[in-house]
Amino acid sequence: MQPFKTLTSLVAPLDRTNVDTDQIIPKQFLKRIERTGYGDFLFFDWRQTPEGNPVPDFVINDPRYQGAQIVVAGKNFGCGSSREHAAWALSDFGFRCVIAPTFADIFFSNAGKNGILLVKLSEEQVAQLLHNAQTIPGYQLTVSLEDQTITDNRGFNATFEVDPFRRYCLLEGLDDIGLTLRHADALDAYEKQHDHATWLQAK
Amino acid sequence: MSTAPQTLFEKVWQQHVVVEPQGEPTLLYIDLQLVHEVTSPQAFEGLRLAGRTVRRPDRTIATVDHNVPTTLEGRLHIVDQIAATQIATLRKNCAEFGVELYDVDSREQGIVHVIGPELGITKPGMTIVCGDSHTSTHGAFGALAFGIGTSEVEHVLATQTLPQSKPKTFRISVEGGLPLGVTAKDIILAIIGKIGTDGATGCVIEYAGSAIRSLSMEGRMTICNMSIEAGARAGMIAPDDTTFAYLKGRRFAPQGEAWDRAVAEWRKLPTDPGATFDRELVIDAATLVPYVSWGTSPGMVAPVTSAVPDPAKVANELDRKSMERALEYMALQPNTPLDKISIDRVFIGSCTNGRIEDLRAAAKVIAGHKVSAHVNAMVVPGSQQVKAQAEQEGLDRIFKEAGFDWREPGCSMCLGMNPDILSPGERCASTSNRNFEGRQGRGGRTHLVSPEMAAAAAIAGHFVDIRNWEVREEVTA
Ligand code: SF4
Repeated sequence: MQPFKTLTSLVAPLDRTNVDTDQIIPKQFLKRIERTGYGDFLFFDWRQTPEGNPVPDFVINDPRYQGAQIVVAGKNFGCGSSREHAAWALSDFGFRCVIAPTFADIFFSNAGKNGILLVKLSEEQVAQLLHNAQTIPGYQLTVSLEDQTITDNRGFNATFEVDPFRRYCLLEGLDDIGLTLRHADALDAYEKQHDHATWLQAK
Repeated sequence: MSTAPQTLFEKVWQQHVVVEPQGEPTLLYIDLQLVHEVTSPQAFEGLRLAGRTVRRPDRTIATVDHNVPTTLEGRLHIVDQIAATQIATLRKNCAEFGVELYDVDSREQGIVHVIGPELGITKPGMTIVCGDSHTSTHGAFGALAFGIGTSEVEHVLATQTLPQSKPKTFRISVEGGLPLGVTAKDIILAIIGKIGTDGATGCVIEYAGSAIRSLSMEGRMTICNMSIEAGARAGMIAPDDTTFAYLKGRRFAPQGEAWDRAVAEWRKLPTDPGATFDRELVIDAATLVPYVSWGTSPGMVAPVTSAVPDPAKVANELDRKSMERALEYMALQPNTPLDKISIDRVFIGSCTNGRIEDLRAAAKVIAGHKVSAHVNAMVVPGSQQVKAQAEQEGLDRIFKEAGFDWREPGCSMCLGMNPDILSPGERCASTSNRNFEGRQGRGGRTHLVSPEMAAAAAIAGHFVDIRNWEVREEVTA
């Protein structure tokens, strides 16, 4: 996993609430068995018409936001299906950070596993950033995971909370299975004992 | 020795703590992982690349549900080559890693959240995961069951554990008798409408109260199923005699003396008197009515007797815009009475409402009636066992005589990954769980309702208040 430290980038404003994972990556692309190549399908039904023409005013098609690595969106971003394909699509497209007032739980953990930083800011701060990104040409933000701050060069300055362990894993780009296997002995001991609970066996 | 009173969730959580490393999430043991074709290929591939194995094949069970066509012919020759490859990949992975698979031609095949309970694999007190958000369904048995992403699927395959931070607890008590015509689906739609789609983010909900206790296991599963639509990590209901009666004698339920021991253990699980929750909500069952969703998020619901809401009355700008966008997508005018909305399609099925009791309830509504001339209606049983049982009871005949399509089991038009999809602009009364844009087919418009409401809408051609429905023929099950 690619570590996340500090990012300065253009900001794509997605002024919608409850952006669900069905929109982030529609079901027809979940049939693939690969982990990569989902970027072309990100927001598929929003970015192009049923006839296959680009929707010019949809944010990721808008020339003003080309190359943006930060998305700002409304509350409950990533709700719905558990498909990790949503995180794969965002990351494959080039997004490394999403800022919103709230995120759905499963998406939250999927994003972390793919090196995407999710930042919770207040509804007011998000409204401010949406407004800035929509009205100020070339608007950029700097996200520092080390300092837990978000700043622009016009005086916007916010701090954000992040779980210390998640922060550590993102900063270092750590693989989860490897981390768990540090506890292999404890796991063996637990499992030996736990297998006696026959009423908790699957079959 | 006395311990502090604990909630159902805390008891299950505590029993599954492997280690609690300082400053890190708890490592939680997972009793059962359910696997399906869509969210597993990259996980098995990850194992292969790292030279790892499946730690506990005996705690891992697979089936095919999301992709499979629901016609016999379609299942024999899957036309969609990418879907066919995904199913073949699961077959290959299960064979290679020693995981039991309930394949397309198995008598046990079905939607993963329907077959777990019906085979008696799902049990009280377990921790259960699946690469599918509606894993919350299994919480109806007093299990801690939640959906995970594909990296986590791989993690559980490799280690039978997951690092988890402890969620908050939220008790929602529904008290009193349910009014006639109000179903489990209406309870959960009402809850989501009330607390919002992010109302329980970060929480495990325990559903309690006399209205919940009076529900069958099928009804309890419907409620726990849609916990995720309220943003919850999981939903749980304390096991009781209804739970044990459902489980007894099922294929993988303990037998004989082991059964008695199991029940004795399971009886220890319910929340202790005096245990506290981070949040509480009490709902008076008498205030509930049948609901219909009108928008593109499951929180956008209203009583069938009311009208499409008016965005002009919403103060918050982002909320108003979302509502306007939803109404535009749904092609609905503000203030239109919901029972004036005419429909094109009806879908009865899914892991929310594709169980035998759901089909019985719908059959009761349609018996002796005919599907409206402008409606195309289908029933997709949740599993082969549900289908067989329904056919034994003659429900298939009632559906077919009324003009419904009677299909083979799978997820079908709940998410339209197989050939069952809405055409652009089509409006559907659906017993599934998500009304997101394009969920049932690009440009399709989904209204979430109970099986009874969907059945009545199929006959009338528009939404109707089920409380005024005329039952023509008695259906005996
Ligand atoms: S029926 Fe629908 S919600 Fe349930 S598992 Fe299948 S696709 Fe998911």
